[in-house]
Amino acid sequence: MNKTWNNKAWFLVLPAFIVVAFSAIIPLMTVVNYSVQDTFGNNEFFWAGTEWFKEILDSDRFWSSLGRNLMFSFIILVIEIPLGIFIALNMPRRGIGVPICLVTMAMPLLVPWNVVGTIWQLLCRSDIGLLGYALARIGIQFSYASDPLHAWITVVAMDVWHWTSLVVLLSYAGLVSIPDAYYQAARIDGASRLSVFRYIQLPKMKRVLLIAFLLRFMDSFMIYTEPFVATGGGPGTSTTFLSIDLVKMAIGQFDLGPAAAMSLIYFLIILLLSWIFYTVMTSSDAET
Amino acid sequence: MAKINLDHIRHAYGLRPTAPQDYALREVHHEWNDGGAYALLGPSGCGKTTLLNIISGLVRPSEGRILFNDRDVTQLSTEERNIAQVFQFPVIYDTMTVYDNLAFPLRNRKVPEAQVDKRVREILEMLDLSDRAGKKARGLTADQKQKISLGRGLVRSDVNAILFDEPLTVIDPHMKWVLRSQLKSLHRQFAYTMVYVTHDQTEALTFADKVVVMFEGQIVQIGTPAELFEKPSHTFVGYFIGSPGMNVLSVDVQGSTARIGDISIDIGFAPKVGKGQKTELGIRPEFMKLSRKGMPLQINKVEDIGRQKIVRATFAGQPVSIVVKEDGEIPTDAHVDFVNSGINIYADSWRVEREG
Repeated sequence: MNKTWNNKAWFLVLPAFIVVAFSAIIPLMTVVNYSVQDTFGNNEFFWAGTEWFKEILDSDRFWSSLGRNLMFSFIILVIEIPLGIFIALNMPRRGIGVPICLVTMAMPLLVPWNVVGTIWQLLCRSDIGLLGYALARIGIQFSYASDPLHAWITVVAMDVWHWTSLVVLLSYAGLVSIPDAYYQAARIDGASRLSVFRYIQLPKMKRVLLIAFLLRFMDSFMIYTEPFVATGGGPGTSTTFLSIDLVKMAIGQFDLGPAAAMSLIYFLIILLLSWIFYTVMTSSDAET
Repeated sequence: MAKINLDHIRHAYGLRPTAPQDYALREVHHEWNDGGAYALLGPSGCGKTTLLNIISGLVRPSEGRILFNDRDVTQLSTEERNIAQVFQFPVIYDTMTVYDNLAFPLRNRKVPEAQVDKRVREILEMLDLSDRAGKKARGLTADQKQKISLGRGLVRSDVNAILFDEPLTVIDPHMKWVLRSQLKSLHRQFAYTMVYVTHDQTEALTFADKVVVMFEGQIVQIGTPAELFEKPSHTFVGYFIGSPGMNVLSVDVQGSTARIGDISIDIGFAPKVGKGQKTELGIRPEFMKLSRKGMPLQINKVEDIGRQKIVRATFAGQPVSIVVKEDGEIPTDAHVDFVNSGINIYADSWRVEREG
């Protein structure tokens, strides 16, 4: 059969390409543009080369924000993934309980980020907040505004409250897709509850857990709104994550060059870490 | 190994069954011998798998008791019943190696590792999987996976019974024969009590000493392959076993004569048929002989299926099939004779015993 060779198919890709260009490529290139130039306003730009990158990578401020970010992602993953799996394992598989549980679980996911921040800010206030007041009554002076540890507890609790549901729903979807025959075979084989989890449920949930893990990692690494609303990055800089720092730099101080350089570094770190996680977590699939 | 008693077992999946139709399993009351090879044969949805799961303990019967060697096990869990079961679709533990998959049921029961190793190697040898022992089970083909499932069923030597739920569905036809004969030889060697669910009559007839035919939630006949062929106790058994199935003709019986339209057939005995019962005459295609004399017959079609020919014909206004040997003659002006011993009479679908 003779095939006609031409490049007309590229026209079919064009609409998608234009959308992607306007939504991603052009803004990204603008950032790249800013990151290698300096400006004093008046739309005047001077070539700065890699200066901003050097400055960012040399600054303690950047590395401590990055450290806080990594710490935050680590803590919430360690809490949310096992907790999500645990809740999913204990959810009913049939009957009226299923829709009730699913809707309840989906609820936090529907709350806007800044509302979540406000809810927790109010909840933890020791004068009018339900939680803060209750803690104060039993003798614990809970203050996210003055105690860095308390600020961290608030921010972590907020994220766990907001996003564990996502892990639950994904894990649950993985669990219900396991055919009954697996559980029956396990009973015949005399497998313990733990073995069923270890050899049937966990391997079958692996793919959705990978997605849950990556989503939660990327999201938590980019977290901005909730801590910004609840603690404002404080006290001091104790809950200032990269994103908060970035916004301070770009909009607060209007240091466009360093902010752009930082965005790119930030972007590359997320890309790199996601790639590493993905590669490590799927590498066991390759071996047969 | 154990003798299995099913004591008035009934099962319904819904709550509060009232009518007989609510039961997936209407009433089963039988004793299965220690060391017997049984095949549960029937169409989809007839309750075969339900009955199997009741024996293995995956399903608790709504009514009735189940006994292993006269011990009531109705309330016992699957583990306590010590049963092996192989399912229709392969169940393997992906993350384990082939070896560990086979060792799993033994290790769960705290069998000493030396014994585990010996058993697993025997099974690997038997299933022809020795060269894959150390490989992850995930990368195998469907029939290799199913072989592992079979292997896990066979690896424990002390089980009360081994149950198979259509285990060869996903296996290649050529492999089916091999595995089936291996199961058969295992049965001869170790005298396991085996129950084998299938909807394939060839599989049932070659595997089992006794075939249990089920239909609409009841056992309609338990018998050797020969009994099922010669004396099907229900018209369903007649249809379901044999290819083509038994010819069933509605008749009027008076004394020892059956009337079909204006044709009278001497059936050689006087069956007791109650008034108002639906009366039918069943005769297998193999017991109808074409000839030049005898009863008139109209031939519609002849199918040549290799070693024999199937004649589709109309007899007294009712469709019948007749099997003729490959070199058998099909006369142009065809008539038919019935082999008397091949005639069975059915009242309301159940076979009427010959007396005297």
